[in-house]
Amino acid sequence: MNVNNYMSLQFISKSENEAFARITVAAFVSQLDPKMNELTDIKTVVSEAVTNSIIHGYENKPDGMISISAKIEEDTVYITVEDEGLGIKDIEEAKQPLYTSKPELERSGMGFTIMENFMDKVEVKSILGKGTKLTMMKRIESKKALYN
Amino acid sequence: MSLQLQISNQGEALIVRLQGELDHHTSELLKTKMENAIEQEGSNHIVLVLQDLSFMDSSGLGVILGRYKQITNKGGKMVVCNVSPSIYRLFEMSGLFKILTIEEDVEQALSSLGVVS
Repeated sequence: MNVNNYMSLQFISKSENEAFARITVAAFVSQLDPKMNELTDIKTVVSEAVTNSIIHGYENKPDGMISISAKIEEDTVYITVEDEGLGIKDIEEAKQPLYTSKPELERSGMGFTIMENFMDKVEVKSILGKGTKLTMMKRIESKKALYN
Repeated sequence: MSLQLQISNQGEALIVRLQGELDHHTSELLKTKMENAIEQEGSNHIVLVLQDLSFMDSSGLGVILGRYKQITNKGGKMVVCNVSPSIYRLFEMSGLFKILTIEEDVEQALSSLGVVS
């Protein structure tokens, strides 16, 4: 399929970069002319994924690297968020609503549930000790009419 | 974009107004400030005003749930008001709307707590 546009960025695992990451990806996706709530969905899922990498992948240590890429193919956006952190032991368990491996940190355990609800598809690949890669896909509704 | 908070007292209630973006980074600040205010002021109830909160994710849910537990452990109540549709959706998804009292605005929040405004 034809790739219409692509971008990638890398930053260190500091929590200040959560806002930077979601605003940057939202600005990139804006070219598809999404509705306000679709843009909020995108910002939220990027924030969830980056927060997971920082808290769980790198356990709040600021010396890890997080990579994001975003690709637009017609009316669909594909986003990947990747870290080289600890990895997830049990992906199915991590995806359970309200599950958190760090209850002492007041985590809501809703990260994956939100990502799966707001995106059309979420794929998680993780290798213990090597890192985690999330691939997410969402079709932007407002442009559907142009391509159908 | 950061988070600003304005904390005031009305009767037994601590009114906390949030402005900006509530994520993992800014939730730490909110947690500390609210924890201290609840202890120092000896407040019985919390009113959380989300009118000017332009963004929130699951870290926000975590910190709100944490303060809910803190105040209910003291026998108090927490009311959230001026909730935007996108934030309400997160409350629904997490089941938080079942335990939190949600009101239209500060006046209604205070009157539901029996605090004269």
